Amino acid sequence: MHLMYFTEQPMSAYPAQEGLDFGATALMFSNKHFDPVAGSRLYNEYLEHYRLAEAVGFDGIMLNEHHNAPFCMQAKCNIFASILAATTQRVKLVLLGNPLPLAENPVRLAEELAMIDMVSRGRLVSGFVRGGGQEQLATGVNPAYNRERFEEAHDLIVKTWTEPGPFRWEGTHYQHRVVNPWALPLQQPHPRVWIPGVLSKETIIWAARKRYPYIALSTAIEDTKKIWQLYDKVAAETGYQGGPEYRGYLQRCHVAETEEKAMENAKQFMWMQGEFTGLAHPVWSSPSGYFSPSMRTAFVEFAVGRRSNPRAAPFEDQIRDQQIVAGTPKTVIQKLRRLLEETRPSIVGFWGADGFVSSDDTKTCIRLLGQEVIPALRDIGKELGLWSPFEASSPVSLAHPEPSNVRGLEMAPHTPQPSSRPG
Amino acid sequence: MNGVGQGPPVLVLHHDIGAPARPAFYDALARHFTVFAPSHPGYDGTPRPDWMRSVRDVAVVYQALLAQHDATRAPGTVTLVGLGFGGWIAAEMATMAPRAFRKLVLVGAMGLKPERGEITDQALLSYIDYVRRGFADQRVFDATFGAEPTTSQLEQWDLNREMTFRIAWKPYMYSPTLPHLLGGVATPALVVWGRHDGIVPRACGERYAKSLSNARLEIVDGAGHFVDMEKPDELAALVARFVSEA
Repeated sequence: MHLMYFTEQPMSAYPAQEGLDFGATALMFSNKHFDPVAGSRLYNEYLEHYRLAEAVGFDGIMLNEHHNAPFCMQAKCNIFASILAATTQRVKLVLLGNPLPLAENPVRLAEELAMIDMVSRGRLVSGFVRGGGQEQLATGVNPAYNRERFEEAHDLIVKTWTEPGPFRWEGTHYQHRVVNPWALPLQQPHPRVWIPGVLSKETIIWAARKRYPYIALSTAIEDTKKIWQLYDKVAAETGYQGGPEYRGYLQRCHVAETEEKAMENAKQFMWMQGEFTGLAHPVWSSPSGYFSPSMRTAFVEFAVGRRSNPRAAPFEDQIRDQQIVAGTPKTVIQKLRRLLEETRPSIVGFWGADGFVSSDDTKTCIRLLGQEVIPALRDIGKELGLWSPFEASSPVSLAHPEPSNVRGLEMAPHTPQPSSRPG
Repeated sequence: MNGVGQGPPVLVLHHDIGAPARPAFYDALARHFTVFAPSHPGYDGTPRPDWMRSVRDVAVVYQALLAQHDATRAPGTVTLVGLGFGGWIAAEMATMAPRAFRKLVLVGAMGLKPERGEITDQALLSYIDYVRRGFADQRVFDATFGAEPTTSQLEQWDLNREMTFRIAWKPYMYSPTLPHLLGGVATPALVVWGRHDGIVPRACGERYAKSLSNARLEIVDGAGHFVDMEKPDELAALVARFVSEA
């Protein structure tokens, strides 16, 4: 298994009542409510949490980014990845990921990622996302070409990593006279690419066709199973067999020394009114052209308040459906066994805390996860044959079917090996 | 493209939100003119031209369309009436063919960067809120679209909005080069603005009147951005009078 630590980097130090009065906590909620003194403290606390996660045994640190909203104060995952590349030794740096359509120059992204891979000595996993609707508006990028830009930027980055320059790129959305960056990834053929998602079937199908692992972001167990049905079907059509090494899951999971304390802190996962992207007008989170045409009818009704948000289930339902797991290590392990047995992921991210959970409680959660939960999950993973892409040496992609290798392996960090290889 | 009514040809270019099912303004115009009122490519259910990237592309398509029809082919016969976003298309068409049109009427036209204020960003507003913002009198919105527009109307607005984003996203709703081209337009132009236009600032109307070589600005009382929906007869009368002027 590949077990990662994750936080949205919540910026809870803002006047919540102002957000409620304004009716939104994203995009147009004024940054006059942003407090850089609290921001400085929180960034440094989050760095401390990441380093603790490495110390207690996590395999990876999962990073993401969002713009213009307190639910996530990390505006550029490459910045934190750069810091962690130099201040951690062992963990994979799993970016889930860079929002490709927001990039006006994907070659620069390819360079930044290559630098992170080299500084970290080959520990980068470079996930890519479309970015939320609000991100398109926050960066002035046309939502109507979101998917086209995603796919073209991806193709350009992979070509930049894998084909010798100089070459010329004349695409629909990107044109580059000279592609020839003086920085290439340490990993060959290129760093692994994992694709996270929550809603779009199109993205699941795209990832499966590329043979990239897909990371389901906190979906309910039954929905997660449907994702794997679709992924496996497309994999079979594409000519390979799906399975655990292509399956990831982000689990909201708070662990504490008592059940009561864990449940109390887990309620903070509902901090942004139950929507982890916060309150926003529907047309901000899904501008025209951004969402799947198959959802148009449902969406326009939602946008004018004629349908409730399908994503904002009450806390009790999310506990029941295990979108949120909370408890002591003992009870949490039991619940996570169900997740592993029923959905069979080999990659699991643990989103430990959100909102106003204190730094001390977050550190306790990370420690208990690392010392008690993770070792138990590794045993369950072995029992169930949940081999991660690293353990299974699975191909990096359909186009580059060799497993990833770190050039100059003597420099490579220690990679934990499974006790037995999958057959 | 089929003409309705009798008289000299008028090409009406509709708003970014599309055209209502049976626009009273078109009927009023048809008492004086042969009215051609096609849907822009990709709007109101017409097939989307995936290649299209700018409002100027739409203007070129319309030039070609006019050249294909007997009634609209001859230079100096067609009057362009552009409504809002359609006004931008009309202005672009006029710059491409400075003597080809009989008259040019721009109503609350987008296309120019306002010297004061901002063009309302529909990306930040729900479909209903955006359209309501274009009405001075909300009762006219209710009468035109229903107080609670149908789901299919909302879907149509969403599709039209997507098409608008595809061709007018950045800069939003204006062309930085258009003001420099307007001076070459010899066609007499009437610029009409609703007194309460909440979508395109009147500064844009003033800039159009200033930049075009032969233009004047008329303000319509009691109307917002959608002058054609709020004051259809008054607007049709303004157009008829202007076209018949020497």
